[in-house]
Amino acid sequence: MCLAIPGRVIRISGDGLERQALVRFGDVERVVNLCLTPEAATDDYVIVHVGCAIRVLDQEEAQRALSLLHELASMERGHALS
Amino acid sequence: MRFLEEFRDPVLAEAIVARIAGLVTRPWVLMEVCGGQTHAIIRHGIDQLLPDSVELIHGPGCPVCVTPVACIDEALELSRRQDVIFATFADMLRVPGSDTDLLACKAMGGDVRTVYSPLDAVQLARENPGREVVFFAVGFETTAPVNALSVVQARASSVDNFSLLVSQVRVPPAIEAIAGSPGNRVQAFLAAGHVCAVMGYREYEAVARRLDVPVVVTGFEPLDVLLGIEAALAQLERGEARVENQYARCVDRDGNREAQHLMKQVFRETGQSWRGLGRLEASGLQLQGCYANFDAREKFALPAVPSREAGECLAGDVLTGRIRPYECPRFGRECTPDSPLGATMVSGEGACAAYYRYRRNAGAHRA
Repeated sequence: MCLAIPGRVIRISGDGLERQALVRFGDVERVVNLCLTPEAATDDYVIVHVGCAIRVLDQEEAQRALSLLHELASMERGHALS
Repeated sequence: MRFLEEFRDPVLAEAIVARIAGLVTRPWVLMEVCGGQTHAIIRHGIDQLLPDSVELIHGPGCPVCVTPVACIDEALELSRRQDVIFATFADMLRVPGSDTDLLACKAMGGDVRTVYSPLDAVQLARENPGREVVFFAVGFETTAPVNALSVVQARASSVDNFSLLVSQVRVPPAIEAIAGSPGNRVQAFLAAGHVCAVMGYREYEAVARRLDVPVVVTGFEPLDVLLGIEAALAQLERGEARVENQYARCVDRDGNREAQHLMKQVFRETGQSWRGLGRLEASGLQLQGCYANFDAREKFALPAVPSREAGECLAGDVLTGRIRPYECPRFGRECTPDSPLGATMVSGEGACAAYYRYRRNAGAHRA
């Protein structure tokens, strides 16, 4: 039930309790409430749960985690070959 | 989709699995708290990639599964009322109450509507001023701020034909109850990433210290789950017990302050009954202050129903890790997703439903 998926903010409209955005998830677009993430801006990725963005995704952290994993994978490959 | 698929890369998964294999020197028992993670583990066979000495116990982190029967009975009573439109997430439709479920109530003429968001239920109330719209506010801390936002929106726009039947649960008291229970086998916890996206993880620091268990905040994709498992095992092997964040792209220590502020405005903590764990102090939420009149229990003067659970369903034992779903004599026989005896077989995130869907025909369960 805590399923929440990242989508890209396309366009922001409204304000206060009705501040919302058009968010793209792959090929699908949905209107999402932005009340809980006032810092969200166009082109940000937001984590969306039951119609509401609960978090702006930290893209730098995501890239950092992936780079570490790629480094690890090439090290493991090195071990396998040696 | 970006930021999802990258975290499903099988080559990277293999590298983490290899590192885990080199790390483990003795048997360890971990619990993933969140049903979303249980689903990912069974679906991708993550448990089968781990050394045999590592056991994963599936925790109580599915709000559908831990909602007590008495609360389902309240939902059923409301949905039978002529003046009520009962709005709910689809997962709750098949959860058995004492004598029936919401889907059957709908078939008998109850106006039960499935919504994607609590905010859609507020809109339903705006469109039906002559009816009472009750939303079944079930969920963990991930969902609580959105449920809170629904009543704030309703109050701000004077929508007074809207109310919540609240069955909100909080994760930390459940972790404490499991780790502190006699006969507990769990040595480390994977904490639910999206609960922590909202709440941060300060509260878990005290839990880890008090109970001397590692707590690792983890996401839901296969690489996230594997990294969480690796971090927990590394702590156990080194004799450490602290909170570690393996889901930094979505979680920081403080969480979403805006969401927490809204929750505090609308809800206060209260005792709550959990299927399988019993009543836990301060583990639930209740509407408070100027939002108390959005409480469906008050509005419709629902009588307090004594809590009772179906005797033949062993969901409690499954939710606390005492048995595996397939060890229940009714699993896959009297109890299937089409005719569930209990909530763990209903919810897509329930441990029984996950095993039924992905392991029923595999024949090879790990001991």
